Parts: sequence; structure tokens; C-alpha cells
Amino acid sequence: MIYREAGQFKSNYAADMAVFPLRQDRIGIFVIILLAYSMAYFGSTFMLQAVLIPFLIFALAAIGLNMLVGYTGLLSLGTGAFMGVGAYACYKLMTIFPGVNVIVWIFVSGFFAAGIGVIFGLPSLRIKGFYLAVATLAAQFFLQWTFNRVPWLYNYNVSGAIEAPRRTLFDVHIVGAAATPQARYIVVLTIVILLTWIASNIVHGRIGRQWMAIRDMDIAAELMGIRPFKAKLMAFAVSSYYCGVAGAMMVFLWYGGAEYNVFNIEQSFLILFMVIIGGLGSLIGSFFGAALIFMLPIAMGAFLPAIFAPLGIRVGAETIEHLRFMILGAMIIFFLIVEPHGLARLWQIVKQKLRVWPFPY
Amino acid sequence: MSLRLYGIGALAASVFAASAAVTAAQAQDGIYVPLLSYRTGAFAGSGIPIADGMHDYLTMLNERDGGIGGVPLIIEECETGYDTTRGVECYESVRGNNPVVMNPYSTGITLQLIPRAAVDEIPVLSMAYGLSAAADGTTFPWVFNPPVTYWDGASVFIKHVANVEGGFENLAGKTIGLLHLDAPYGREPIPVLNALAEEHGFEVKLYPVPAQDMQNQSSVWLNIRRDRPDWIYLQGWGAMNPTAVREAVRTNFPVDRLVGVWWAGGDEDARAGGAQAAGYKSLNFHGVGADYPFMDDIITYVHERGLSRFPRDRVGDNLYNRGIYNSMLIAEAIRTAQEVTGNAMVDGADVRLGLEAMNITEERIVEMGMEGFMAPLAISCENHSGHNEVYVAQWDGDAWTQGTDWMSPLTEFVRPLIEEAAQSYAAADAGWPERTEACP
Repeated sequence: MIYREAGQFKSNYAADMAVFPLRQDRIGIFVIILLAYSMAYFGSTFMLQAVLIPFLIFALAAIGLNMLVGYTGLLSLGTGAFMGVGAYACYKLMTIFPGVNVIVWIFVSGFFAAGIGVIFGLPSLRIKGFYLAVATLAAQFFLQWTFNRVPWLYNYNVSGAIEAPRRTLFDVHIVGAAATPQARYIVVLTIVILLTWIASNIVHGRIGRQWMAIRDMDIAAELMGIRPFKAKLMAFAVSSYYCGVAGAMMVFLWYGGAEYNVFNIEQSFLILFMVIIGGLGSLIGSFFGAALIFMLPIAMGAFLPAIFAPLGIRVGAETIEHLRFMILGAMIIFFLIVEPHGLARLWQIVKQKLRVWPFPY
Repeated sequence: MSLRLYGIGALAASVFAASAAVTAAQAQDGIYVPLLSYRTGAFAGSGIPIADGMHDYLTMLNERDGGIGGVPLIIEECETGYDTTRGVECYESVRGNNPVVMNPYSTGITLQLIPRAAVDEIPVLSMAYGLSAAADGTTFPWVFNPPVTYWDGASVFIKHVANVEGGFENLAGKTIGLLHLDAPYGREPIPVLNALAEEHGFEVKLYPVPAQDMQNQSSVWLNIRRDRPDWIYLQGWGAMNPTAVREAVRTNFPVDRLVGVWWAGGDEDARAGGAQAAGYKSLNFHGVGADYPFMDDIITYVHERGLSRFPRDRVGDNLYNRGIYNSMLIAEAIRTAQEVTGNAMVDGADVRLGLEAMNITEERIVEMGMEGFMAPLAISCENHSGHNEVYVAQWDGDAWTQGTDWMSPLTEFVRPLIEEAAQSYAAADAGWPERTEACP
């Protein structure tokens, strides 16, 4: 009823292939983007800095990993390290060429991550599944070791950390201590929307279809004329590009500085969980997964004391932390059993229900 | 199916409602002191006594004196799990309540807060951790790291070695090992040790321990057995310290020649070596045990009123005392700020002045009931660490004892290094603000 395509005719192939074939979808996405931008004015500093900015950055990293794991079927545990490559590349570029705008370097740093990703993606031509996951683990450990042991990467800083220098865009501080969360949020949101739009075009186009063919059956795909060499390395390159940009944004638009251990194996797992919970092979699922895994603990931290206080139970900071672990673990198991295809599948079901409402058939 | 939908709906609603709840943080009457603590995670073993020590001393001031200068302290803990991301999240969540000082209690979190401190006007107090260069108050007006820096610590270690060996001239030809966590924190003493090695003609050997091998140091100790260093300085944290002490005992390294930095001085660190660990040394900047007048007040006003979560028989643990020392610095900063500004209600900018004007004399120490617990301490406009005195504590097999007298660090060696590091930090960040804050 409220969500029906009756009366919307497609008269050419382009309309049929559109990412959002329904008018309601197009209006919906427009409203969501508008709401997202308006949060810069209505959201509190805490909401922007501790909730929305990290959510968007994690969502972008999840999109990157999803292209590899969800669309191409190559399991990777090196996401954290590829994010680190983006961050360190961006830091070096920013400090070597301070005159160039930082936005340029955030986008360029992704190419460094893509290059490293391709190198560590080479084993994927021979091995699959868990064996490939172990091979990408090597990337994780090697790169993390490099961030720690090569002082050139952090400009011989005594503290061993990379710090965000002050940078502006249109005379507004967007990087460094003087940047307001509002300004950084708008930059992050714009980059994420732009890259999501490009990702959506990639996965719906020729390249994405190649990836999915490889994922579903690589021998059949090869027989149909898809070169696994090109397609798989392309998947690694694009995926690492997205992770690299996310890593650069994480350090320069969220943290403001980072040590090497930010890009550890836990970061890789966190993003893998986001992809799995959100839904393999779904862009919107990457957003759902990032929201659930990242925002749920924050919501619990804000909520649990309020729930328990009237009952006379004092909930200490560490109790909340323990509860966070327990509830998040339970939620992950619950979702894996009840909806193994992730939140994206639930979203699809909701959409389908709305389409046929109120006369389900 | 509909159950699932409800679930999803409820989840979405909860996320939005929670964000509203966070924004509506209420303001209370009092001086707001947030404590970033870590009672969970891999480092909880050292985090719990520190958090309880910090909490109990401030609670004691509230219970005994009704706060500081008649204004109660609002103490709130935020759990970081020693994780930088969670620490930054904590900072954002407490920032709206006008905290007067931040205690990040993690070098990673400190590094994040240093550039923010001047912008948000909230001073950062990183007690003997964080960025050593922050001791330069001209470059870092909002960051404080009293009573000493890691570089001071390394210089005191060499001083102690010289004392035991019979003078600096006997250091020539000696081999001194640095057993350190292979991370920026662990590498901190290297420049000072190298500079001193050049001056006095001893050799420095490095034994890095990767973070993932903290509890597996057998290969490192094989190297130590081969090289036979005369002394070892241990710059470790967490599970690395008890492992190092245990390995030293196992490989028959003389434990009285193994000297830990203050963060390697937990009771559990030394106890891991068993009876043979007696003699293990660690630098320290506050008293050991519970035999001080102010401790009685903590027992009376906090433990006996059931306001502490720390087991009473463990009061006097080295890390519990360290938490108390940290809280004493907070309290004295607030008290000094009240004196300097004349206002009872102080804010972050006032406490920054209070920290810079802090001068804890012998008389004040007696007044606080802390005689023997701490050395006099002074911070100035230029010198945000003070390079104060430390001593070498020694483990007697059951508890820490005061091993040596208080010693001052080799400030003339450390100070130029700090100024150089501060300048290169500021140079790396073009547009780092010049100090405009007036000295008190």
C-alpha cells in the first residue's frame, strides 16, 4: 500500500537496471541523506564525535570488506592492517606535501592501501577459504609490525604515534585539534556517501557481477570467460582502497592521532563481525552491521544504569562493560541462528511486507 | 516473523532513545572529577587497585572534609578497558559536565587528548606516563606529567647503578640491558640510556618483547643469559612484568640487579617470582605500605562506611597507593586553584593555574598526613613535570620496602632532551598554538 510500485513503468533498460528502481526508494534515500546532513546541526557533540562519525567510518570499512568477503567470497582478516596502510600513507603524504588539501590525500592514501592489498591478495589465486584467511593474517601481523618498527612511517616521533596536523578545507578546520565535530562529520558523511555511491555502481555493474560469479563458482566463472586473476586482484584492490580511506578518516577525522596498535587484529575481527551480522553481499547491510556492533554497546552504556537505578541496583562502570560483552555476544549468536543472512535480509523482508501490505499473499 | 520485526523496531528505538538520554546529562552541584579507569580487560589486574586508590582518596576528602574548600567533589568513573577508542568515547561523554581535569590513565588516550586539551580548556594530568615532552610547559600549557617522566626514571636507574657500583667512573665497560615492551612506551628510555652510555662508557643492550609475546619471554631471556648484562632495566606493563620477574628467577639472573620502572612495581608483579624474587627492585615515587596518618582516615571514612570496593586487607598495595597519589595531585591542584583564583567553584582553566602553581612543601605534606609517603613536589610554568625525587623500592618477598633514599633525577641531562622533543612535536603540527596562557 504505502510501498508499491504500481503505476511506475520502466520503458528502457537503464530504468530497469537502476539501483533504486522504485520512486519510494529514491525519495527514501533522499530523505535519509537530508536527515543525515541535518544531524550536523541538531546532533550533540557526543552524538557526532562518539557515535555518528565512528559509525560512518566503520560502515565504510565494512563496505570495503564486504566487497571482498560478501561479493567475491574471499575471506580476509587483514582489514585492520589495510586501514593502517591508508592512515600511515595519508600521514606521510600530509607531512611531505603540506600544501595539498588533506581531502586529496585521504582519497590518494586509499591507492597505497590498494597496492598493498593486491600484493597480499596474490595468494588468493591459489588458495581459498580458511587458508586464504590465514594468509591474510600474515598481512595483519607484518603490517602492524612495520607500523611499529619503521620510524620513518611516523616521522621519527618520540611517542611513536601519528598525530593529525591542523588542516583546513575552505578555511574551515577539518583535521587537527581545532576542527569541530560538526565540520568533521560533514566531511566524513560526504566522503562516505560518495564512496558508497561508487561502490553501489561497482557491485551492480560488470565488475560486481564478475565477483559474484567467482564467489558462486569460480570454475564456472572461468569457463564463462571471467579471468579470476583480474577479478580477484581487482576485488582485493577495491576492498583495500575502501579500507584505506576508512583508516585515514579514522585517524584524521575521528581520533586525531593513533598508535600502531589501533590497527590490530581485533579491529579486523570487529569489521568482519559487522559484515557478517549486517549481511554478506549487501551494502546496506554494512551500515546495519556497523550500527549494531558499534552503537549497541554505547546505547547499553547509556541505558543500563537508567534501567537498574530505580530498582536500587547500582550499576558500576565495569559492570556495564561486562554486561556489554555478554549482551553483545548473545545478540551475535541470536542473529546468527535466527537470521544467518544478516540484518540486510531482515530489511528485505520488511520491505517485501510493506509492499504487499495490507493484502499479503 | 512479526516477533523479529518487533525486535528490530525495539533495537532501532533503543539506539535513538539512548542518544537522547546521553545528551540530557544533568548538571550537579560540585566540582566534577571524572576518573577514566580500567577494571576490565587484559590490564584489569593493575587497573583495579589504581582505580580504587583514586576513588577512595577523593571519597575520603568528601566524607571527612565535605570536599575541597567546602565544595563536594562529584566523582564519576568511566570504563576504558585500557582501549583508546573507549577512552575517547569516555572523554566525549564526560566533557559536557565540565570536568576540571582529565586523568586518561593510558598513554594512548593521553596522546589523543593532548591536542584537544587547549581547545576544550580541560587540563590533562598524566601522572608519570604519557608524553615525556609534555614536561615542557611552554609548548604544552594544558598537559602535566608530574612527578617525573620516563626519562627521569631511566636516569635515576643509572644513578642507582652508579651508587651500587661505587661511582659513575665504575660504569665504564659495564653492560646494561633494557628489557622493554616493543611499543613506544617501552622504547621511551632508549635516548636517555644511550646519551648516558656515551658519557660514562657503558654499553646498552636492547631486549624488546613484542606485545603478543608478553607472557612468553623465554627466547629473550636466552639472549640475556648469553650476553650476561650486569644490570637490567625493565620497562614493561601488564602481564610482561610478572613474566620477566619469573624468568629472571628461573635463569638465575640476580634479581637485585633487575630494576623495574614504576609501572613494573605492582605487588603481583613481584609476587610472581616466588620467594626467590626477594630483592627485586622497582622505581617508586610514593610510600609503600599503609602506615601513614592519612591511611587511617581512608579506613575510617571510606572502608568502614562501606564506600570502597577494595579489599581492606590489601590497603597499602603499591598500585593502590599510586592511585591515592594521583588523587592527591588532583585534590592539591583543585585546592591551589581555589587559592589562586579565590573562587570555591573552579573550572578547567582555574585548575590548570592550580597545577602550574602547585607547590607541596614539607609542611603541607605533614598537614595532609602524608609524611614519608611522598617527597616535596613543585610544578612551574615552564616545568610541568617538576623532575621530582624518586627512590628505588625493594621487594622483601612479601611486600615492597623503601630500598634507597629519595634521589633526584639527572635533570641537566633530561631537560634538553625534553625541550628538543617538545619543539619537534610542535614543529610537526604546523599551527600548534603559541602559549598565551599567563603564568600564575
